[in-house]
Order: sequence, then structure tokens, then C-alpha cells
Amino acid sequence: MHDALLPLSVFFASIFTSNILLTNYLGTCSFLSVSKEMKTSLGLGVAVIFVMATTTPLNWLVYEYLLLPFGLEYLRFIVFIIVIAAFVQLTEMTIERYSEPLYQSLGIFLPLITVNCAILGVCLFMVIREYSFFTSFVFGLGSGIGWFVAIIAMAGIRVKLKNAKVVPALEGPGITLIIAGFMAMAFMGFSGMIAVS
Amino acid sequence: MAKNKVRKTFLEPLGKNNPVFVQILGICSTLAVTNKLQNTMVMTLGVMFTTALSSWTISLLRNHIPSRIRMMVETMVIATFVIIVDIVLKAFYPEMWKQLGPYVGLIITNCIVMGRVEAFALQNKPTLSLIDGLASGLGYAYVLLAIAFVRELLGTGSLWGYRILGSWWTNWSIMIMPPGGFFVLAILIWIIRETIMKETNHA
Repeated sequence: MHDALLPLSVFFASIFTSNILLTNYLGTCSFLSVSKEMKTSLGLGVAVIFVMATTTPLNWLVYEYLLLPFGLEYLRFIVFIIVIAAFVQLTEMTIERYSEPLYQSLGIFLPLITVNCAILGVCLFMVIREYSFFTSFVFGLGSGIGWFVAIIAMAGIRVKLKNAKVVPALEGPGITLIIAGFMAMAFMGFSGMIAVS
Repeated sequence: MAKNKVRKTFLEPLGKNNPVFVQILGICSTLAVTNKLQNTMVMTLGVMFTTALSSWTISLLRNHIPSRIRMMVETMVIATFVIIVDIVLKAFYPEMWKQLGPYVGLIITNCIVMGRVEAFALQNKPTLSLIDGLASGLGYAYVLLAIAFVRELLGTGSLWGYRILGSWWTNWSIMIMPPGGFFVLAILIWIIRETIMKETNHA
């Protein structure tokens, strides 16, 4: 793979072939609970894109210039989570300031972004795969979009599902997980298009 | 009385208050490694260790943490224990550490750990919190081990890396791929809820 093309392929791979939610199961908790409604899914999806696209490069800088020179790599979990928490706080304040209804509908879910495994997961993947600064940014953005696509698709399906008869025991998380499985299968159809290690 | 409470604290997360089935929490970070029994074992041990000890620590500190910054403090405590798990793994089982990749670090964001700390440890005594954390970890562990058991057996015909089923067995490779995890978990939830529902209907 040509080096100049790497960011591009990472971008598409993180949306389709290695979707952070459907192939790595990251962020499943909030995915299952939020995808009930289209509106909240949209809000959370956008918030995730924003937080991922900003925190991943930020954490790259912190890792490269703060942790590596002092040999503090083992502290990365703590440091990454602090950066993410600070950013989530910022997002929360921004949304509260500019869009009251969105803030109301997201409610308790915004703080949940801090413990959204997908965000920390992307940062940890970036370290392990040794991406450059720009590639990390693209990877964060792409993963965010991938998560957004998955949750929107699921919310759309679940809207239709309201009219369907589901076995009582499968209602809610059960059927959502089965649908997620089928979505993961559908997304596997993309594999082979782009391969990124 | 006190003994009863300890018993209840220990048994509830294993049965009717199981974090995975009832609350559907914390599956994210570990579902990804359930395609092999061995990896799942190591991960769930890590989760158990973290849940138990961070519940205990937070419970010790519960009267000294200002409530406004409690989330931050909780995250720090949890992260500390996860770092310990990470370093121990890296030092003694480098192969396993490599395979698990980022997932060890993701124990921090496992909702169960945070959930138990928030819901239980902040209001209860240290020993009881330790028991609760341990039991939640156990309740979590056996569910994920069950998933891993099904996935590895059907997906590769082996268990713990040893071939169990003979050469007649055609591997269901979908099981070790991502969709398999979703399906197995969904079916497990289905079975459990069906049995629980029947019980409550009779009662």
C-alpha cells in the first residue's frame, strides 16, 4: 500500500470493513439502549463523531510528546480517559448552551460517552497500530462515522420493529442483538474491498 | 441477619440480578475476545479483579470523596487497577497480552465496574462491597465463558485450544467472526429470559 494512500484507506476501512461497533463490539452498551429512538441516536451519533475526531489526535499528541519521552506509556489508560472526560464535559456544555431540546433528549447519555468503550478503544488501537498524527485523526473521524452509520441504521430498523410481533423474551436487547448480528454480516460483505492491518 | 445480607449480596448478581442478562451492561469490552475460551478466561479474571478491588477501595474512601468529582475519582481508581492487570499480563504472559491487544485497557470503560461502584460501593461497607464486586464479576464471567464455550466449540471444533470434535465436524466459521458473538449472546438472553419469565408467571 502506498503511504500517501494510507489515511484514505484507513478512513474507509474504519467506516465499513472494520466498523468499530460491528467488528469490535465497542460501544455496544450505549448502542443497545439509545437506538430505541431516531432522534437520540442522531444526537449521540453526532456527539460520538465529534468526540472521536477530536480526542484521537489530541491523545496522539499527548502520547507522542508527553508519555513517550518520559517513558510513561503505562499511564496511557489514565491519561487518555482524562482527556476524553474533559472533552465530553466540553461537548456537554456546548450542547447545553446551544440546543436545549437536544440536551434534554440526550440527558444522561452524554456522561455515558466517557465510559463509551469505543472512544477509548479507538485511542488504544491508534497507539497499537502506530498511526501518524493525520492518520489518527482520520481513523478517529472514520470510526465515529462508522458508529454513527451503525446506530442510525439500527434506529431505523427498530422504528419499523415497533409494528412487528416479537417473542416476549427477545423484546428489547435480544432482538436488537440479533439485528446487530445481521448488520455485522452485511458489513462483512465490504471486507476484501480494503484491507488495513 | 448480617450473614443473610452477605449471602444475598453474593447470590443476587449471580442469578436474578445478573449484570449481563438483566442490565445488558459491560459486554462491549469482552465480547470481542469470546472467540477463544482462554482469552475470555483471562479477560474475565481481569474484570473480576478490577470490580472487586475498585468497589472495595471506593467503599473505603466513600466518606471522603466530594460527590461532584466522584466520577473522576472512581475512574482513576478503576484505571489504576486495570494498569496493574495490564502490567502483570505484559510481564508474565506477553503472548496473551499481545492477543488481547487494547481490550485489557477497555476494562476501564466496562460499565459493570463503574455501575457497581456507583450503585453499591458508595453506600455500603468495604467488605460487603468487595463481596458484591466479586460476585458481579463472577456473574459476568460465567455468562461470557458460556458464550466463549459455544463460539469456540462450534467455530473451531476445539476447546481451550484442543480439538474436541473429530474431523467430521465442519467449522461454523461464522461463530468466530463478529456476527457470531451477537447471535450467541442474543440466544443466551432469550433462553434465560424465557426461563425467568416462566418462573415469575407461575409465582
